[in-house]
Amino acid sequence: MDSALIPEGVKRCPFPQFLTGLAVVGAVLAWGVFAMLLCWLKGLNQTNMNDSYGFALWIWADLAVIALGGGAFFSGFLKYIVGKDELKNIINFAVLIGFICYSSALLILAIDIGQPLRGWHIFWHANVHSMLTEVAFCLSCYFGVLTIEYIPLILENRQIDKIPFFHNLSHNMHEVMAVFAATGAFLSCFHQGSLGGVAGVLFGRPFAYREGLLVWPWTFFLFTWSAAAYGPCFTIFLTKLLEKITGKKLVKDNVIDLLAKISGWMICTYIIAKIIDTWYWASVTVHTRGQTLMDFYDDNLLYGLWILVAEIVVGGIFPALILLTKKGRSSESLLWTAVILACLGVCINRWVMVLQVMAVPVLPFEDWALYYPSWQEVATTILPVAYGVILVMISYRYLPIFPQERELNPVES
Amino acid sequence: MTQEHRKEKKYGMVIDLDKCTGCGACMVACMAENNVPFKKDETDKLKSITWIRVYKLTNGKPYPNEEICYLPRPCMHCEGHNGHSPCVTVCPAIATDYDRETGIVSQIPTRCFGCRYCMGACPYHARYFNWWDPVWPEGMEKSLSPNVSVRMRGVVEKCTFCFHRYQLASEKAALDGRRELKEEEYQTSCTQACPAGAITFGDLLNKEHAVYHLKKDHRAFRLLERLGTNPKVYYLSSREWVRRSGDNYHPDEKTGEIISHH
Repeated sequence: MDSALIPEGVKRCPFPQFLTGLAVVGAVLAWGVFAMLLCWLKGLNQTNMNDSYGFALWIWADLAVIALGGGAFFSGFLKYIVGKDELKNIINFAVLIGFICYSSALLILAIDIGQPLRGWHIFWHANVHSMLTEVAFCLSCYFGVLTIEYIPLILENRQIDKIPFFHNLSHNMHEVMAVFAATGAFLSCFHQGSLGGVAGVLFGRPFAYREGLLVWPWTFFLFTWSAAAYGPCFTIFLTKLLEKITGKKLVKDNVIDLLAKISGWMICTYIIAKIIDTWYWASVTVHTRGQTLMDFYDDNLLYGLWILVAEIVVGGIFPALILLTKKGRSSESLLWTAVILACLGVCINRWVMVLQVMAVPVLPFEDWALYYPSWQEVATTILPVAYGVILVMISYRYLPIFPQERELNPVES
Repeated sequence: MTQEHRKEKKYGMVIDLDKCTGCGACMVACMAENNVPFKKDETDKLKSITWIRVYKLTNGKPYPNEEICYLPRPCMHCEGHNGHSPCVTVCPAIATDYDRETGIVSQIPTRCFGCRYCMGACPYHARYFNWWDPVWPEGMEKSLSPNVSVRMRGVVEKCTFCFHRYQLASEKAALDGRRELKEEEYQTSCTQACPAGAITFGDLLNKEHAVYHLKKDHRAFRLLERLGTNPKVYYLSSREWVRRSGDNYHPDEKTGEIISHH
């Protein structure tokens, strides 16, 4: 039925099957939209957040998707600025993932604020000293850049491409894409960093607070670094997942190997920096404030010392070691293990930098504050995932996302 | 009368914990004075708005050696380093500000868009979010104070040291041709409501105000001084364990000596 829209030389599932898939994910999306409307119409009393947990599941989701979406800016940087030309075979998908992650982050923020209609205050009454202001500006601008990067891809649709204006527009946009990739890398660096800065500047919260360089706490640099390191792992993970679902090879092994190798080195160097940061924070920053490392790791189920080990060792050192070795990268199971552990590692990092900050008592006479999300929070967090799946489904079906697909999967005529 | 002709002030509070009985009159007075909203069910204290909250501290010892102390906690109106309070610096929309004329940390509910970053930044939990729209029992809305705007759902609020009283007192003084306020002309509602006289309020820089001398008392301490928040609320206690409860200490450290920033 929609064969005229499908790129030439590739095979897609029958239209009814595609529609069924869309309907299933659409139902999840509708559930999320319902919860979102509840939050907008009835207010944030629909959540389980409270005055101890002003930041909770949503802010974690926001930080996590931005970190995972870091593959877009870093792959763009590697391809257009460093000149790793092989990555042209995965850059479209990285841009799509980045676009989904960044638009999701914007949506989550729009739900998260108590007065969504006043969201523009952050731009109009901007406090230039606030890391959140920097987040808002960089997030909005980089989303604009990602949209510009995504548009040529849409224009490459078989039918749209037939129109000379769009064909030429697409061609010309590709020609200047390096400029946008560089702009995107710059903006995203600051955006990732300012998200780290959001926690790092909280000098009233010793668990989050970090010293730093000039106005930037160390978390500023660590967040940018970790997004560049772990983001490509998410791109690889989703590529592999899509290959499993479609039953096709979509990207050649040498491309995945290159991205995995770079990611491995980045994670390795990041995790060394993270260990140094943790050691300095525990032995100097926290010590001078009358506390010790173990004051922040209670024996409750959620925030034991295990979470630090899970973040640094399981989600950092393990994937780095796997990705640094040729054997690790070429073994399907080891590569899967590494990218999954890496994605979990960066998500745990963002979790502790948001939720553990809120949980740890600062006043000596207060207790730990624990929190669990309401169904509305869960549904609105799953909402962007459903939206992302739908966008990937549509983009994969109608756009030439993977340039090597035709070569790797010749269609018998 | 222009601002530059006024002397710089740092309004602050000294709360004598040896006198506080934990009666909660300060909390009631504050709520009435500032139109603080409440709900039918206030059992979830993490969603209750209490601009000043009385904590119950114990020395952790079993009976008969157990001791109790009640500690009222308003907003600390932190000065931080040179006016960089933890909450003011993070607010992305300048909906909270450090007033260099009075030293009061203001809150502008009509500008706040409810990101709650300031709540995360405040180590004292002195900031509260309006999770619900305020609903007053029928007839009670007539008794609301006309001097304080009620806040809507989705914004943050906190103790303002009854700033509207400062404004009213300043206007009255201006009409009298005076630039400076007398100590008794500007007092917070909690100060006036405390039956034990445990709360003293005034200008920490003014030698004629009681707080100027009280903050130098050997029993004085502030909450979480080591974080660098530089709060303008001082506490007095003759009990060492109470003073030690005000901050985090390593076992080998002595309970802090007072470093006065004001």
